[in-house]
Amino acid sequence: MRKLLLALVMSLSVFAAQAGDRFIVVASTTSTENSGLFAHLLPIFTARTGIEVRVVAQGTGQALRTAANGDADVVFVHARAAEEKFIADGYGVQRHPVMFNDFIIVGPGDDPAGIGGGNDVTVALRTIAARHAAFASRGDDSGTHKAERRLWRAAGVTPAGDWYRETGAGMGATLNTAAQMGAYAMTDRATWIAFRNKGDMTIAVQDDKRLFNQYGVILVNPAKHGHVKAAEGQAFIGWLTSDEGQQAIAAYTVDGQQLFFPNASDVGA
Amino acid sequence: MTDSAFAAALDLILGADPAFLGIVAVSLRVTLSAVLIAALIGLPLGTLLAMYRFPGRSVLIVAVNALMGLPPVVAGLLVYLALSRAGPLGGLGLLFTPAAMIVAQTLLVLPIVVALSRQVVEELWLEYRDHLTSLGRTGWGAVPTLLYDGRYALATALLAGFGRAMAEVGAVLIVGGNIAGHTRTMTTAIALETSRGDLALALGLGMVLLLLTLVANALAFGVARIGRQYAG
Amino acid sequence: MMRDVASILPLAADALAFDAGGGRLIDGIELRVDKGDCLALIGPNGAGKTLLLRLLHGLLPASGGRVAWANGSGAVGGRRQHAMVFQSPVMLRRSAVGNVSHALRAAGHGRAEARRRALAALERFGLAELAPRPARVLSGGERQRLAIARAAALEPELLFLDEPSSALDPGATRQVEAMLADLHGGGMTLVFATHDLGQARRLATRVGFLNRGRLVETGPAADILQSPGHDETRAFIAGDLAW
Repeated sequence: MRKLLLALVMSLSVFAAQAGDRFIVVASTTSTENSGLFAHLLPIFTARTGIEVRVVAQGTGQALRTAANGDADVVFVHARAAEEKFIADGYGVQRHPVMFNDFIIVGPGDDPAGIGGGNDVTVALRTIAARHAAFASRGDDSGTHKAERRLWRAAGVTPAGDWYRETGAGMGATLNTAAQMGAYAMTDRATWIAFRNKGDMTIAVQDDKRLFNQYGVILVNPAKHGHVKAAEGQAFIGWLTSDEGQQAIAAYTVDGQQLFFPNASDVGA
Repeated sequence: MTDSAFAAALDLILGADPAFLGIVAVSLRVTLSAVLIAALIGLPLGTLLAMYRFPGRSVLIVAVNALMGLPPVVAGLLVYLALSRAGPLGGLGLLFTPAAMIVAQTLLVLPIVVALSRQVVEELWLEYRDHLTSLGRTGWGAVPTLLYDGRYALATALLAGFGRAMAEVGAVLIVGGNIAGHTRTMTTAIALETSRGDLALALGLGMVLLLLTLVANALAFGVARIGRQYAG
Repeated sequence: MMRDVASILPLAADALAFDAGGGRLIDGIELRVDKGDCLALIGPNGAGKTLLLRLLHGLLPASGGRVAWANGSGAVGGRRQHAMVFQSPVMLRRSAVGNVSHALRAAGHGRAEARRRALAALERFGLAELAPRPARVLSGGERQRLAIARAAALEPELLFLDEPSSALDPGATRQVEAMLADLHGGGMTLVFATHDLGQARRLATRVGFLNRGRLVETGPAADILQSPGHDETRAFIAGDLAW
């Protein structure tokens, strides 16, 4: 009991101390947060620089809007087209590639659409649509959702009908729904590996190059929002793309599997 | 499922995990602050509403009663729009901090405090009016007497506000951003763990939250009991 | 240097009137209360006894005429020098002594001083053992005596009482009357409404008969009760005696 009280008091006082420290707000996505990457990465960065990183995890669309409003100092998402528009509109300074992971199609163990073991995502999606197999979509304008829509377009299908369910929710919630409904879904591998409620769902389609998911980090433009912590934000970006940061990203594993693959040096990414 | 949830709950409590304790600390700090501020503003407001007649009073009472059911997510949205850098109060830089969460929860608790204290004080004022007027205690002068004599009923109202704030997730999630170690509360942590599929941990957190709510309700019951004894 | 504290007495009501609900409930009352009086207001239910007391005490504004205290306001230094005990005495949700100290603090005394005086008042009237008990669990007789002690603790020049023992048994009534006799004997002026003619006889120096909002007649207690001047008064007293 005493240990409990002591820990409570200590955690409360740490709380108070944080008020005066240096910190930045990073707008990122729920899938990145849910993967546990930040819990692993950020303490390393804070230990090195003394800068606390406060991650607000939202859908990609909302994260970019939060950054555009000036409510964050840095934005770290995985939707290249939207990121480039963000910079073109003057909200961001420059886009730096950081890492990638990939998307996979997961589905119920009994594979009603018969697409298991495939690695052509457009064929799989066409089959799902043709057979009206249940499919759970994020439907929330996130990076994942945008990628999904791109793939439906590439497959030449406009998904509509009872079998196509848009949850309007985050990745984890959508997977929960898919597991309950016996539906297929598209998810990033990182979230899938860390997800604890798989039930009888398995990976149906993977390794198609079109399922590649690139992450970029951008400093919010201090010219647009004077209060942005440009120096500390740039320090974070610099660290993420440095050798130490890139190695820390590669070192993050769940169940022995690496979730993210650093590629900051790949300038065209 | 419930077995591992129970084990998860015990693990959390007995293990005194600093992250978990931090989450409880944020929840308590935010909600207790909100209740305190709501009490400081709401008790005098409710008393004034009870004692004075003015044009539009009935409309105000109906509005306050209705606001008791203000959806937390709406309160959160309003505060978010106000505190965002793009909003009127953006210069304060309060978004995604515990302060913003306290503001949002105060908005939720305030109508409860005003509505219930108005009811309590109105009944007391009806009973005490002649006596207090005779003693020269009218208007503001009567407020301390009325609030003190209504202390048990008012404490129960504050506990009701506390319960509502502790239970909500919509407001604190939107304005706080669920930042690990900073604005993550029990309810937002439950939302997070559920979306991660870690249902056992989410249930475990939920059980701890229920325990705290149970304690608050037991307190309310006890207070009401003592009040009845003293009021005769 | 001796300072003369202005007395609020005599109290005078001039053509006092009160209207409510479209009717005139108090009509043209002329009344005078001198220092040392013990005035009993008698009359049937609905005659306006309670209303008259509330008007005199200042709880209600007059619709016509006025209530005139000798020093103008009935107060000294902002504090009323007259107090009132209501028909159903109001007990605050605190202890008996707490009720009395609350009244004293309202009168401007400091916390410690108020408590000292409160305990002294309870002591004086033999209520000391009630001090710590919650006032609201006291019996009817105890509440009434507490209310009188509470009002007396304020050391008013004049004390209004509305039916001080109407709800009490004979034993409690005797205790209340003893308190009132004690207060009057100590120099306090009393004005009380009662439907108990025996009580009026036992306590009052003067009696006033009220009927339908009018003060029919006033005079020395013995005169009014034994040989009233008006038929109405006679009928009322006879009617009551017949009970």
